[in-house]
Amino acid sequence: MSEMNLTLKIWRQKNAADKGKMVDYKVNSISEHMSFLEMMDVLNEQLINSGDDPVAFDHDCREGICGSCSMFINGEAHGPVKGTTTCQLHMRSFKDGDTIYIEPFRANAFPVIKDLVVNRSSFDRIQQSGGFISVNTSGNTQDANATAIPKHDADLAMDAAACIGCGACVATCKNSSAMLFVGAKISQYALLPQGQVEAKDRAQNMVAQMDAEGFGNCTNTGACEVECPKGISISNIARMNREYLSGSLK
Amino acid sequence: MMIYPAVHYTMGGVWVDYNLMTTIPGCYAIGEANFSEHGANRLGASALMQGLADGYFVLPYTIADYLSHDIRTGAIPTTLPEFDAAEKEVKERLEGLVNNKGIHSVDYYHKQLGNIMWNKCGMSRNEKGLKEAIEEIAALREDFWKNVSVPGGAYELNPELEKAGRVADFLELGELFAKDALDRNESCGGHFREESVEVGGPQDGEALRDDENYAYVAAWEYKGKPSEAVLHKEQLEFNDIKLTQRSYK
Repeated sequence: MSEMNLTLKIWRQKNAADKGKMVDYKVNSISEHMSFLEMMDVLNEQLINSGDDPVAFDHDCREGICGSCSMFINGEAHGPVKGTTTCQLHMRSFKDGDTIYIEPFRANAFPVIKDLVVNRSSFDRIQQSGGFISVNTSGNTQDANATAIPKHDADLAMDAAACIGCGACVATCKNSSAMLFVGAKISQYALLPQGQVEAKDRAQNMVAQMDAEGFGNCTNTGACEVECPKGISISNIARMNREYLSGSLK
Repeated sequence: MMIYPAVHYTMGGVWVDYNLMTTIPGCYAIGEANFSEHGANRLGASALMQGLADGYFVLPYTIADYLSHDIRTGAIPTTLPEFDAAEKEVKERLEGLVNNKGIHSVDYYHKQLGNIMWNKCGMSRNEKGLKEAIEEIAALREDFWKNVSVPGGAYELNPELEKAGRVADFLELGELFAKDALDRNESCGGHFREESVEVGGPQDGEALRDDENYAYVAAWEYKGKPSEAVLHKEQLEFNDIKLTQRSYK
């Protein structure tokens, strides 16, 4: 088993008011089989044992499905491996002696709470403004297969629904645009008959909320889809724009 | 990944009534958090099924019914003595943890606990191992409260403090479910006791249930210490189907 010694340059920021700075740390004997977050656990254990403040970072499922973990690693959201969240990134992607830069997902609409933890509740507010459908759940729920849906549409909706809302798209975009996220959330419903009840207002409301939160606009560089851990396509942004336009023609 | 004690090995969850309400009025536990649908088995896709069944078919009726009686209650003031007592308890607990300045990290205790659970309260259990586990966890819990070190303050984003609160709970839960596993001297569902195995016959080596003595759900009442938890038995009645052995052969 190969082990490595690494230099970490990590963004430390006590709280939202603190200016923050990069701080150097050394970790030794890191196994190539560790996940990136396990390596961070090792660093934190080391910091606690020497009486220092551990690095705060978001994590939950560590299975790549919850969207909690973030981290901008060596200039890339979720690090160097494509289609992978930080928790699913393993240390075998690095080599002995490497220097690794670790920063939070930066955007005006994602203010830093502490160290690598940013406040992504702006995404929740966008979702609340339109990312839902009207379904009766009072016990007489209709069988899911009772509504016929073309396979092609169902597949596209499923692809859009794969978005875990992590914010890698925002952190990557030079404009801090949230359009890949919003496009995915709108497409997921726009493609299905169940989503048609609110279709007129959904894109209007979600885009208005997105703008109010301070996210930037899309200039079609496509960087977001390259860094998206779930491979969400920018064709969802085109669909969002179409939904927005058709919603504005009342 | 540090997940032990894994909730699956409790083969249960929070006690709820038929409407999925816990022993706290108005507090409902649904999905994998409660014990109800699966009884002694918590493997496979049980979490998914339970979440869907509770959320789709049960809660829409039962919670609405509860709220219909409660809707005019209004805001509950925070000046009541119960509120002060609860606030004081939480504050003391949080401040106690950050001011403890002990010698071991929270992860140290989590790993020790995980090691005990994995070796003695995992997929197969026996009397000796479970008795050892109960003692070892109780000793570890005592050591935790004496020697845990939680950096940072109580009034800021403090992931170590959050973790300390969870591990403190695990240290109680871990001991309780070793106690429960010891008490149930039969193999049943995902709970496999090495002493309770079919010998000979077509089911040789398979899990052996003891329906005469254990056809009940064990609900443990919290009394502070896991060693003092009180057992309530809810008898299982089978009217339309007969209890039989599940054959994997």
